[in-house]
Amino acid sequence: MASSGRTVGGAASLLRARSKLLARLGSERNWADFLFRRVTWLCALLVVTTLGSIALTMAIASLPAFRELGAGFVFGTVWDPARRIFGALPFVYGTVVSSLLALLLSVPVSLGIAIYLSELAPDWLRNVLGFLVELLAAVPSVVYGLWGIFVLSPWLRDSIQPLLSDWFGFLPAFSGPAHGFGMLAGGVVLAIMITPTIASVGREVLRAVPLSLREAALALGATRWESVRIAVLPLARSGLIGATLLGLGRALGETMAITLVIGNRAEISASLFAPGYTMASVLANEFSEATGELHLAALAEIGLLLFVVTVLLNLLARVLVFRVAAGSARGRP
Amino acid sequence: MFGRRAVFLLGLLACACGREASSNDDERTLSLNGAGATFPFPLYSKWIAEYHRLYPNVRINYQSIGSGGGIRQLVAETVDFGATDAPVGDEGAKSARGPLLHLPTAIGSIAIGYQLDGMPGELRLTPGVLAGIFLGEIRRWNDPELAAENPQLALPDRNITVVFRTDGSGSTAALSEYLSSVSPTWKKQVGSGKSVRWPVGLGAKGNEGVAGLIQGTPGAIGYLELAYAKQTGLSRALLRNRAGKFVAPSPSAALAAAESVEMPEGFRVSLIDAPGAGAYPIASYTYLLVYEAPRDAEKGRALARFLWWALHDGQRYAEQLDYAPLPATVMRQVESELQTQKLLDGV
Repeated sequence: MASSGRTVGGAASLLRARSKLLARLGSERNWADFLFRRVTWLCALLVVTTLGSIALTMAIASLPAFRELGAGFVFGTVWDPARRIFGALPFVYGTVVSSLLALLLSVPVSLGIAIYLSELAPDWLRNVLGFLVELLAAVPSVVYGLWGIFVLSPWLRDSIQPLLSDWFGFLPAFSGPAHGFGMLAGGVVLAIMITPTIASVGREVLRAVPLSLREAALALGATRWESVRIAVLPLARSGLIGATLLGLGRALGETMAITLVIGNRAEISASLFAPGYTMASVLANEFSEATGELHLAALAEIGLLLFVVTVLLNLLARVLVFRVAAGSARGRP
Repeated sequence: MFGRRAVFLLGLLACACGREASSNDDERTLSLNGAGATFPFPLYSKWIAEYHRLYPNVRINYQSIGSGGGIRQLVAETVDFGATDAPVGDEGAKSARGPLLHLPTAIGSIAIGYQLDGMPGELRLTPGVLAGIFLGEIRRWNDPELAAENPQLALPDRNITVVFRTDGSGSTAALSEYLSSVSPTWKKQVGSGKSVRWPVGLGAKGNEGVAGLIQGTPGAIGYLELAYAKQTGLSRALLRNRAGKFVAPSPSAALAAAESVEMPEGFRVSLIDAPGAGAYPIASYTYLLVYEAPRDAEKGRALARFLWWALHDGQRYAEQLDYAPLPATVMRQVESELQTQKLLDGV
């Protein structure tokens, strides 16, 4: 408002109007403020109570499993409901590995998209591409999953996996029979799903970097690439990590798409070609047909574990952000 | 302001009068809720639609949330009936308000589907070979044991990819029960249940997921409901039954299995590995679960009337949807059960 160059007289009349309004409203204004504060406070409280009651409900539901299985539950590697043996480690492993794989594949591409959209693309293309990226985020996950079954998996099986095992077959990660379905397919589908999230948030973060910094770098004789590297990325780093965190959150909780392609075997295998299983998937698969109280309780405990893993990974990333932010504040890029 | 409120009240009154009027008719609208197995869902939804056309005042909802969920909801009495393929054990029903009745409604079969790039001819499997495949002992399609039973087929030199149902299901229960009954190794290593620990293979969600995975993976073999195998055009293996004959999955072979097994009182019986000459070995009754003493007598009567209709007029829809109708003897047993339980009046 101030930038539109009002006259001094205009500003003065505005002030007069304001004080008149204040006089008329008197204490009512305080009431409004009071109400406003209370309502927003309630909204904030809602988040806390929701989280708290989710954790509490799951803890109560998983009590029988706690009692019967103890710590062996978290470190057990066998999941056999028919024999009442419940070990959650394969699911934790599957969730963490598939999500990290997704980040590994997605972050470079997403950063590229974000940098191109914010720094290099011409205006008209920026809008069109930005819109398309956001559209990708709105595709339902079951569609990604079905695409994974019918397009991605056969392609991985017939083209990519033979290549990988030819070149890198000596690594345990790329050995074993190639089905198409498995940890690799799960990671790729997740990567595609989280790319729009990371890219569009990343673009906003980069655009928030003041233009003057770029101009300063360019004025010092930096190339486009150097100005991005010196002036933009260091400042945006914590925001970019935040964008990656959002993507990670989506990858950890994703259920439908990954269930369709990961192969759903509760096994820990070093090979990315082998089938795996995630925590969210086993909940979706077994909850409705859980046989017996212990099976249900074990599933509830997996839900709790997913909660814990998500919180831990988020904390870890938070710490990372703080350290990086502190570092860049001290002038280290 | 008051004007608007008055109009609103008048409207309410009109609604109330309307309801009054309709309840003075013969019967008012009654709604029955059920939840349970996905296996009979196509048949039940057909029945419900047909029944609603005949008796518009009875509204039946069936949610195919899985038999475990159905039983839990029935125990909690949030639904009027449940549905399951495997009879409910005593543990599952112990917290129920009263005794539960198992009423068989139809017979389904589990097909063994496979994908060998449209290889012509029918694959024949003995119980031992099937168990060997699912145990991971037979890993290639040209395995001598497989070839011995199929001299007429040109079996390829290809890996076998086993596909299983990953969500807990009656299909898994039926297959694992069958494998347990024919293979001591399976019984010892894996056992039976709605979710088991598969020695080898890939898991897919739901019948449609299994069908899709088998279709998309050359060399795959898996198990799924007959209807889904047929609709997706999967090749279906012939299984050697207890009488030594190779039988293809079909409603008539499932009926033959049911006819060769005597139905005990209480209807809790397994059709796995039935002795009949034409019997398909992996078949199963599917049941509706109701309380012997319904809390709401009127609902109980309406449900019994629906069951009576399903038992008679409804049976002809079974075969169209690849289920087998109940054998005549079983039908009479269910009839007398419905009558002795006094669920019926004047049908």
